[in-house]
Amino acid sequence: MAEISFQLLLLQLMTGLALGAIYALLAVGLSLIFGMLTVVNFAHGAFFMVGAFLGVYFLGLTGSFWFSLVLTPLAVGAIGLLCERFLVRPLYGRGIDYPLLLTFGLSYVMIESMRVLFGLEGVPTSVPAELKGVVDLGIGSFPTYRLFLIVATAVIIGALWLFIEKTRYGLIIRAGSRDPEIVRILGVDIARVWLIVFGIGTAIAGLSGLLAAPTRAVNAEMGIPVLAESFVVTVVGGMGSLPGAVVAGLLVGVVFSMTSLFAPEYAELSIFVLMAVVLLVRPQGLFGKAGLMG
Amino acid sequence: MSDSTTSPLRRRLLAGGAAGAAIAGAPFVSRLAYAQSLPIKIGFPTPLTGAFSAEAQDQVRAAELAVKEFNAAGGFNGRKVELLVRDDKLNPGEAATRTLELIEKDKVDLIVGSLSAATQLSINAICKSRKTLFNSISQSDAINEAKDWSFYTFHEALTPHATAGAVARYAFPKFGKKVVYLTADYAYGHEMVRGFQRAGQAFGMQTLADIRHPLGAADYSAFLPRIQALKPDILVLCNFGRDLLNSAKQITDFGLKKQMKVIAPVLLYTARQAGGAEAFDGILGGTGYYWGMEDTIPSAKKFNDKFRKAYGGAVPSDYGALGYAGIRSVLQAIQEARSTTATAVANVMRKMRYDFYKGTQFYRLCDHQSVQSIIIVESKSTGMKDKYDVFKILSIEAPSESNLRTCDELGHKVI
Repeated sequence: MAEISFQLLLLQLMTGLALGAIYALLAVGLSLIFGMLTVVNFAHGAFFMVGAFLGVYFLGLTGSFWFSLVLTPLAVGAIGLLCERFLVRPLYGRGIDYPLLLTFGLSYVMIESMRVLFGLEGVPTSVPAELKGVVDLGIGSFPTYRLFLIVATAVIIGALWLFIEKTRYGLIIRAGSRDPEIVRILGVDIARVWLIVFGIGTAIAGLSGLLAAPTRAVNAEMGIPVLAESFVVTVVGGMGSLPGAVVAGLLVGVVFSMTSLFAPEYAELSIFVLMAVVLLVRPQGLFGKAGLMG
Repeated sequence: MSDSTTSPLRRRLLAGGAAGAAIAGAPFVSRLAYAQSLPIKIGFPTPLTGAFSAEAQDQVRAAELAVKEFNAAGGFNGRKVELLVRDDKLNPGEAATRTLELIEKDKVDLIVGSLSAATQLSINAICKSRKTLFNSISQSDAINEAKDWSFYTFHEALTPHATAGAVARYAFPKFGKKVVYLTADYAYGHEMVRGFQRAGQAFGMQTLADIRHPLGAADYSAFLPRIQALKPDILVLCNFGRDLLNSAKQITDFGLKKQMKVIAPVLLYTARQAGGAEAFDGILGGTGYYWGMEDTIPSAKKFNDKFRKAYGGAVPSDYGALGYAGIRSVLQAIQEARSTTATAVANVMRKMRYDFYKGTQFYRLCDHQSVQSIIIVESKSTGMKDKYDVFKILSIEAPSESNLRTCDELGHKVI
């Protein structure tokens, strides 16, 4: 392809990073829950979808994208808390496939509920007025909202990192992921820690749904492909590793974007090829086995 | 049975019946009377659930309107029409099963319906094997091809080839010569590109790239920098449904609409309603019907008014209108044929000229494709009168057989 210039490559890279930002956010939530609770959350895509719907709903209600940005993760996180407390908790100690099947079923309940509440067609969305338009990056124009996505992801992941790494509660979470028995003996209510981690994980999924909503169609099925993609990212990064989730998320975004440029027909396939290669070379994933915070 | 009809045929039948009764006794008369009071049954398989449910439900609403109208006018020989709606779940296997059931168990007289290229082919295959008349109201290129077609196959909807051609003939001379296609990587997408490229030859169009994206992709951003760098005059979106919505949305966000004209072969009313004004703003496309035609087409006005009255002021969508036309065509043919047998009805339909909602139409003899007008619309985002006012009609291409693929090309021996 003769028409490919250096500028186009850079622009393609930016596009990949913006895509990767959403992947990374999703995978962080998934990885957090797996790393702490060893629950493979098959409802993660559904929480993402619910986040998108609630985000649009709150946006309509309050008229402000920023309010919605606060309310949505709270609401989705609250749903997550209820799910953990009443559905997932009774299954602890029963083997990894129990919560897997439960969350798989839960995802269908959530999809049907959204169909009932908001209709089969989904809801229309648009980019918030203050983030509309394009910015000239010197290499070409790029949508403001996608730049915002990259920044927002960095802020959210940064905040999560500070919380886990620098706060007392974060210390308990980290300890709990290494050895829950010892933490319990030390007098910490580990069930509550798990509850909160599940809440945070689902809240982040809801938040990524809201952030993705303005860029795509919001409908009840939108979480299904997203679930597969976030599992790819989690596996590439290493199950349970947060830095792995971030690096792999961005990597998957860039690989997808670059393949789209050179061989668009294989774009969708490319991320699965990446996963296969990583699994062959490093079966535990890029950052696997190194503990929750690597 | 009602005693008000006085058609000569019926009188003859009754006379025959009476004569028969004199010989064979009462049972014969009552059986004849029973047959005449039986409703005419029309099977209507359509995807009430699944991705096209909004369009399918509108098809049913409009079809019911046509049935009510016919029954209110006295039916055929006193026989009322009954519409048997079945959900084919957008699944070809399900569609085949439901159709078989309609024919074998419910004993329908004919089948109208479908909404998807794949389900209509499976419905058609069943109807073909049972020699049951089928009027398809979904867009497809394949159904007219000789290998699938039968004497009992009618196609009320447009073909993608004709729609793409009409859009190309309108847009290509106006907006420049350099074109990029963003195409969903499956048969429908490829058919569309073919339609555009063929029509484009006459205008010396130059294809810069045909970028194939996976069907059902949620994000198109990765394709857009390249399109931006190619600097085409026209970007053609050869995809459908949610793919069209998502790509249109992201093209808007990337500011591509400011640099090039964006066109789509098929721009549906329901898709525009679901997607919102902003994503579709300024996109030009083709459709089989838009309610706004009522300003110039009297039959459209009549149809819209009836629909508004029946459904609380709502206007019919493009696929809805096809539900209405599909039913009315077969009912008019039954009336004229004075019969419900498939061969008699088909023979009348082959000769019919009709205008139920969008101006004069007729079925081409070789493949029973309805030759009809194609409407070129542009999506509005400002100056809309109400929520139904979403398109501006740019042009209406008159019906012409020359815009269809030739009978020869489809494998038919010209009749």
